[in-house]
Amino acid sequence: MSSLYVFIPAGLLCILGALGVILAKQPVHQVLSTVLNFIGLAVLFLSLSGEFMAVIQMIVYGGAVMILFLFVIALLTARKDPIERDSGHLPGQRVAGWAFGGAVLAMLTLIGVVGKGPTKLADIPADFGTVAHFGHELLTTHLLAFELTAFVLMVAVIGVVILVGRQKG
Amino acid sequence: MLASMNLYVALAAVLFALGGIGVLVRRSPLAILMSVEIMWNAANLLFLTFARVHGNLDGHVMAFLVITVAAAEVAIGLAIIVLLFRKKDSADVDQVAELKN
Repeated sequence: MSSLYVFIPAGLLCILGALGVILAKQPVHQVLSTVLNFIGLAVLFLSLSGEFMAVIQMIVYGGAVMILFLFVIALLTARKDPIERDSGHLPGQRVAGWAFGGAVLAMLTLIGVVGKGPTKLADIPADFGTVAHFGHELLTTHLLAFELTAFVLMVAVIGVVILVGRQKG
Repeated sequence: MLASMNLYVALAAVLFALGGIGVLVRRSPLAILMSVEIMWNAANLLFLTFARVHGNLDGHVMAFLVITVAAAEVAIGLAIIVLLFRKKDSADVDQVAELKN
């Protein structure tokens, strides 16, 4: 398993990023926090010998998805005031959200820490998680899942075009 | 010192709960979408952790699927947000009630 010297900084990076998303007021700061979170996760994926997944995490999430967010923010809200000025329609939403989320956090973390986890790891081949190994697995054992992926992406593209591609008039 | 698997599971739990707090507390649709992304990623971390524990790649394939579905979800979610902003000036999720009645 990985060294604690890798795990602790990467984990802190993830948690800081998540906190930034919750607390930051400016949308751009939220996007940057999310990227921070994704970088930490990519490091953790590498420490779990998931090379391909780490690279995908950086390219698809840290790159493409967050650029999409940035474009939408630049289009819509960059110069407007932050949305959450008033207290909103739901009374006590903030307090209730923190309380419920805090309870879930305490419970899940307790289970994660106290639960009797696996004590020994399976032996893995030297190329575990590399592009070649992953690609072989994806295109032989999980071919149906791979083809469904293509279908899902096409549905998403068509949906977006139908939703926002229409001209007014 | 080696990091045990329990630490990875606990970190994934913390990230998932933080994302959940974001969804519950924030009222800007962009912030909610980003919090949901964090929750997806916590699940991915679990998939990769247990793939490593059991030494097979099924978890990696599942995480790959999750990333694809998340990308599709972000595209459609952002399209809906753009539509909302076209319709009205602010997009506080409390004020979005177009489907009511």
